[in-house]
Amino acid sequence: MSGKLPTGTTGSTDEFVKGLWRDNPVFVQVLGMCPVLAVSNTARNALAMGLATLFVLLMSNIVISSLRRFIPKQVRIATYILVIATFVTVVDYVIQAISLELHKALGAFISLIVVNCLILGRAEAFASKNNVMRSILDGLGMGVGFTFALLCLGAVREILGAGELFGIELFHENFQDWVVMILPSGGFFTLAGWLLVFNWAKQRKEPSKAERAAAAATSAKLEVLR
Amino acid sequence: MNGVQVAAPPNVWQMYRSMVGVGLLCGLLIVTVFLTTRPVIERNKAEALQRAIFQVLPEARSSATFRLDGEGFAPLEGKAEPGELIYAGYAEDGRLVGLAIEAQGMGYQDVIGILYGYSFEKDAVVGIRVLESKETPGLGDKIETDEEFLKNFERLDVSLTDESEIANPIVFVKHGQKTEPWQVDGITGATISSKAIAGILNRSTAYWVPKIRRGLDDFRRTG
Repeated sequence: MSGKLPTGTTGSTDEFVKGLWRDNPVFVQVLGMCPVLAVSNTARNALAMGLATLFVLLMSNIVISSLRRFIPKQVRIATYILVIATFVTVVDYVIQAISLELHKALGAFISLIVVNCLILGRAEAFASKNNVMRSILDGLGMGVGFTFALLCLGAVREILGAGELFGIELFHENFQDWVVMILPSGGFFTLAGWLLVFNWAKQRKEPSKAERAAAAATSAKLEVLR
Repeated sequence: MNGVQVAAPPNVWQMYRSMVGVGLLCGLLIVTVFLTTRPVIERNKAEALQRAIFQVLPEARSSATFRLDGEGFAPLEGKAEPGELIYAGYAEDGRLVGLAIEAQGMGYQDVIGILYGYSFEKDAVVGIRVLESKETPGLGDKIETDEEFLKNFERLDVSLTDESEIANPIVFVKHGQKTEPWQVDGITGATISSKAIAGILNRSTAYWVPKIRRGLDDFRRTG
């Protein structure tokens, strides 16, 4: 993060884009696993949880980065938690107003957004050191990346576990639901699968580096043998 | 740590200012959102209840709320009052179809709240709807979706012996062993949750059915 240009258009776009793929909060940073595993049993729940987190992350980034000069170092974490908890409460009421069904499905996990380490992590690592504009971009990027990751998990689990996607029946009725995928253990299986895919893609992208290292090692060995 | 570097003494006033200031702002924001969303949330809840009433009493076209008042039932008008409430459903011609009753009990994960319909004509439970449950997705939540299980409640016998007791209390049986109209056929893989539903109905009907049988005339719509 330190090697980047502090300002300029390329830098700003990067603040947004980095959360989507390269620093994806779930697949690369592996943050906020509690809601990721618990609420990704259907695509709809995953999307709702992702959007709720996106909102809280964005708002807390805005507030914290605009107040960053007023908050003394000693009480910063307490203040961040206060701000985050406020927006979580707001989200809780808003979701209740939008749909009671959805609120029922997300249950206790809305209040648990407060302790999602992704949000506190971005507040501490980014928003408290950068200006509002960049914090907005960072919050948006990380939030969208988080939502995307949750959707990846939720879609796989719902398709395999219930034969549906967003509640729409996909298969013939003879399809045998793979119930374990909806249960908590299915969350771990799916997450492991996606992490595998991500790491594989990452390694394929930079084969030269690994190959170069391997080549260097072999040549060094040969040197020794000679 | 060892006094090598002396940190600047924390400015207490600054800390107070930031904590109290941010706390005040946050409090204001929460109160504002609470007040603006409250009417919508209350309307949503009322609508959900209304829908559930018409689901457990399919023939009903309108409903009214009653409160247990000593031995009889008194109609409730306007805002909700504390007390034990019960909902009566009426057909288009004003005929009393049945009653919808709320009941709660412990499930596998947390309290399950249900609404069930009672029909005077059939002397039976004629439908249930889960209002609140946190049962395990994929297993315990079958109590809301399993068609075979829900068939139990199309006509679950709760007839009385002598106006004071239920002749055959509702009992739970394992899947496929239902022989009598007062038995609840369980779900394999959701035994505890389906047993909980049977238990909730058992307790609630034992309490309510004798009372509402006695107070039948209170629910009839005059005219």
